[in-house]
Amino acid sequence: MSKDINKSARIKLLISRIVVYGILIFLAFLCLFFFYLMIINSTRSNAQLKTGFTVIPGGHMLENFINAWNDGSINIPVGMKNSFIVSSMCAVLTTYFSALTAYGTYVYDFKYKSLVHIFILAIMMIPAQVSAVGFIQLAYKYNLTNKLWMLIIPSIAAPSVYFYMRQYLEATLPLEMVEAARIDGSSEFRIFNTIVLPIMKPAVAVQMIFSFVGSWNNYFMPALLLNKAEKKTVPIMIAQLRSADYSKFDMGKVYMLMLMAILPVMVIYIILSKSIIKGVTSGSVKG
Amino acid sequence: MSVKKVSGNKSVSYARYGYLFILPFFVVYAIFTLYPQMLTIYNSFFEYYRDGLTIVGPNFVGMKNYVALFTKNSSGYIPLFKFLGNTVWLWLLGAVPQFVIAMMLAIFFTSTRLNIRGQQFFKTVIYMPNLIMASAFSMLFFALFSQVGPINQLLVEMGVIDKAFNFLGVRVTVQSLIALMNFLMWFGNTTILLMAGIQGIDESLFESARLDGSNATQVFFNITMPLLMPIFIYVLITSMIGGIQMFDVPQVLTNGIGTPNNTSMTLIMYLNNFLGTSKNYGMAGAVSVLLFIITAILSTFVFKTINKK
Repeated sequence: MSKDINKSARIKLLISRIVVYGILIFLAFLCLFFFYLMIINSTRSNAQLKTGFTVIPGGHMLENFINAWNDGSINIPVGMKNSFIVSSMCAVLTTYFSALTAYGTYVYDFKYKSLVHIFILAIMMIPAQVSAVGFIQLAYKYNLTNKLWMLIIPSIAAPSVYFYMRQYLEATLPLEMVEAARIDGSSEFRIFNTIVLPIMKPAVAVQMIFSFVGSWNNYFMPALLLNKAEKKTVPIMIAQLRSADYSKFDMGKVYMLMLMAILPVMVIYIILSKSIIKGVTSGSVKG
Repeated sequence: MSVKKVSGNKSVSYARYGYLFILPFFVVYAIFTLYPQMLTIYNSFFEYYRDGLTIVGPNFVGMKNYVALFTKNSSGYIPLFKFLGNTVWLWLLGAVPQFVIAMMLAIFFTSTRLNIRGQQFFKTVIYMPNLIMASAFSMLFFALFSQVGPINQLLVEMGVIDKAFNFLGVRVTVQSLIALMNFLMWFGNTTILLMAGIQGIDESLFESARLDGSNATQVFFNITMPLLMPIFIYVLITSMIGGIQMFDVPQVLTNGIGTPNNTSMTLIMYLNNFLGTSKNYGMAGAVSVLLFIITAILSTFVFKTINKK
């Protein structure tokens, strides 16, 4: 009797496992399928692309790459250089200054300390688009369009990164450590740079990745600010592909350009996926 | 509080370092965010736009821009309502499957009974689309689903359709493609967040429920869901705040015009159009103020849920 129940329970478990793995494989397929098509199509010549659907590579990858790299209207090497400058500078500045600000409100006692903390939390949810109108107006007024630093400097004030850093400090930095360093005669600034920052390395690393990816993919603001060909970032160029007369294009080249646009982030993700996925949860909900 | 205990009365002399350390943040915030925000609000009360080479304004017009926002256009509808409606609808189309599937996956992954292998692999794959450049993802969908693209080729080869279908000319398919992209980009992220929430629930509660003979459905509705609620609401509202800012995907897919017939034009695309060649700072300002109000209302819910925890 009990053996029968065991058996039926085991069959039930087996069936539900098959269903669950089926769903998981289907969703994983859905996530990879479109990117797989993109990679395959980036290896096919325009003529091959016109002949029909296939999942087999076409052998024209290098040719498409050379064509994409030397394209006359979409200057992807310059775009990638600009995107790289903006994204890496943003990643460094946003993490350093957020950590500094978080340290400032965590370790020191000053009059409006809790007010400052609450203020930063309150502004966290305000969408970037709300300041866009004034920002663009000022940029045109003072001739600051097409300046990459206009995209870089604002990253110093990043409320959500501050929030993450603050939580990390609360969890990891014993105040006795700061006190001990003071007794050793270290200056306040030196304590932060040589003792606190190394402790915050994991948090800094995670936020650097997210910040880099966020700036690399950012489209709204850069598109409003940059209109000179030599200053454009990658997402603007990709959107330009869409607005150009579609039929004129060598589609093999178009797929290659898209592949190049997402490749840097893909490489980062493949190497660091474990810590990125961990980072998704650690910063979002308090506690 | 613990600060006082450690540093005692010395803390007073260190106060200036506190100000010094938070200074860069506030200087940059004031110049690059707060001042532009104030200017945005200020603009919304002015007539201020470019007409060809002439700049009109700024002339103070009071609430005129707001009135214009709520006035029917020549096609007989109020653009703001239509585009806000589109935005909410497009968000819903992606978010409903996103939350249902994410909830399901979170339960699968945390189930000790199912004991799913290869979780790291599945999580890595389903989170990946979240990091993809949205504009490139959208351009990819445009290329794949265009009339000469591989999806049409595949469907014709399989005999599903006789000749290429114009996916980008029909409301249902355009909206579905936008929803599909948003779903793919966000369900992995939601799964990971909900999973962390479920893992935070005391394991012994599940065990005692099992000993009491509760089935999976009862456990879900009586234990998992009520205890997950704060996190679920947090994730839901942050998704709404993200949804109201939907831009890259429909902008690139429809080339900024929200085809067909403005049915996929979102609120931010509408704002973006005012900031194009017309540089209509007045109307753009008014749209931004409304965006700010909507987000502020949603955010208060977020803070309520955070504080409850």
